[in-house]
Amino acid sequence: MRGWSGREIGARGAVALVGGYGITALWCAVVARLLPMSRVDATLTATMLSFPLYAGAAIWAFAARSLTRLCATGALVGLLGLLVFVGASL
Amino acid sequence: MTLRQTQAVLHTWSGLLVGWALYTIFLAGTVSFWRDEISRWTRPMLGHQTDRALVLDRAQTFLDTNARGAKSWTIELPGDRGAGTLLTWQPQSKAGEKQARRRRRGDHEQWLDERGRPVIVPETRGGDFFYRLHFDLHYIPVLWGRWFVGFCAMMMLVAIVSGVITHKKIFKDFFTFRPGTRQRNWLDGHNATAVLALPFHLMITYTGLITLMTLYMPWGVAANYPSREAFYKDLLPSPQVVGRLEKPAPLANLDRVVAEAERRWNRGHAGIIRITEPGDTAARIQVLRRLSDRIVDGGQAIGFDGATGAWLKGPEPQSGGAVTRDVMIGLHAGRFAPMTMRWLYFLCSLAGTVMVATGLVLWGVKRREKLANPAQAHIGIRLIERFNVGFIAGLPVAMIGFLWANRLIDSAAKGRADLEILAMFLLWAFCILVGLGRPPRQGWITVFALGSLLAAGLALFDQIATPTGLVSSLMQRDIAMAGMEAGFIVVALVFALLARKVARHTPSTRLPRGRHTRMQVSKAGIAVPVE
Repeated sequence: MRGWSGREIGARGAVALVGGYGITALWCAVVARLLPMSRVDATLTATMLSFPLYAGAAIWAFAARSLTRLCATGALVGLLGLLVFVGASL
Repeated sequence: MTLRQTQAVLHTWSGLLVGWALYTIFLAGTVSFWRDEISRWTRPMLGHQTDRALVLDRAQTFLDTNARGAKSWTIELPGDRGAGTLLTWQPQSKAGEKQARRRRRGDHEQWLDERGRPVIVPETRGGDFFYRLHFDLHYIPVLWGRWFVGFCAMMMLVAIVSGVITHKKIFKDFFTFRPGTRQRNWLDGHNATAVLALPFHLMITYTGLITLMTLYMPWGVAANYPSREAFYKDLLPSPQVVGRLEKPAPLANLDRVVAEAERRWNRGHAGIIRITEPGDTAARIQVLRRLSDRIVDGGQAIGFDGATGAWLKGPEPQSGGAVTRDVMIGLHAGRFAPMTMRWLYFLCSLAGTVMVATGLVLWGVKRREKLANPAQAHIGIRLIERFNVGFIAGLPVAMIGFLWANRLIDSAAKGRADLEILAMFLLWAFCILVGLGRPPRQGWITVFALGSLLAAGLALFDQIATPTGLVSSLMQRDIAMAGMEAGFIVVALVFALLARKVARHTPSTRLPRGRHTRMQVSKAGIAVPVE
């Protein structure tokens, strides 16, 4: 097998760290808005769920077949979150 | 690359990048399961078995005499494992003066011993120091420390999950009983400590993130509330503040108020009692439940009228989400844990500490194994190997140094608590320098030997120079303090054994290329598995 270059590892790490946080933050807000519970419970539940989500994003950032694919899918998931959030706020 | 290979890369880097910090956090957290015992050990003059009625009565008399007309009083009663009652009070703020937020370091505090007598206690942070080091670190702003610790915890969570994915074969093999087979060589320290306590590692890392979750992930709050304050107000209704009426009225009997609170909790225990505007008709008493009473960490405050002692409100019911969050925090801090459970917490947490330490060491070993000539390693590998000595062996040695400083620094010394902490960090820095300045093998031996001497010396010192030695603690049937002293002896023995083991260790001779690669698969260490 051929391992990854340092640059590939660094890039995926950066996507996992920054992109992963961005997507998690966005979906945390979406879930907090949409959960059919009292405001305080929805907020707490969404926040508690965000950490496994972030960990999953990091795992995925390294499991994805290529960097391009990863960025494209990540952007799509982010965009979807944004749309749902805006839609829910209207 | 296959999934297992990609996750091996993630596992290695997420663990390695924050390894030393994680080790520090883990070890400080591990000893914090004995926070009360360490605090008692650092303040032996406080006694142990607190007579609550007597202490409350004397606390009330003391505060009434010495803090009359104060804005508020706080009485912190010890739990079953703790000692000493801490009284603090906040004077009325003068016009134009900013309210002092930090009350701990002022002149407005007094310790009472087990019989409620005021005692002078040498200034020390005691077990609280390790507890705060665990999530605040030290010498840096608290908020930076918490963010960094949260970052490390997140990396840990990723390292655990990716480690499970990479090494999923371990789990199948681990629970297979194969009589007659030779000892499996993959069962090294890292794998054993990781696999045996894996549910604990996952739990403690996740719940650790939960303790400060709205700091790390404030976006749920931001989506639903105009401000953080609005969220907290919704989460935990704060007691109503009543201004001073300037109509004097004696405070109700605190012991009776506390007994009423405990009845309302259905045989709970009071932990903290807060009195606002004592001596005035506007006085309010808030009694907080001891956190060790329940697995749910927090809540359950009961409010009373200060002048009449009449019940006003509480305990307020908590919402499902709040209870869930508080149970997570309870699981993390383990305040509820009785002795057997506490030992399990301690041992699992120790396994986590060893897992991080062996992971760091293994990284260097694997890197060297892969080189054409292991004797000539890259400067980066050599540096990490040498830093490992100072961080891994040096930190516990420095912690023993903190305890030594507690015994040696003059009890009236100015800034004593900070001196104890400084002593710890200086000793740690010394160990790091030793590690850097000597070849790793000599470094390990030196630091472990130093730790062994310091730990054994501490037990000896206490036996000879203080009334809190192992023998006298045993004779007084003070199991906790005898346990501390015996613990020092165990630590000394373990360090001595480790030093001897390093001294006798012969690095494995290099194997032919083909054999070498096959061994990497069966070992299932942190190196990339070979297909």
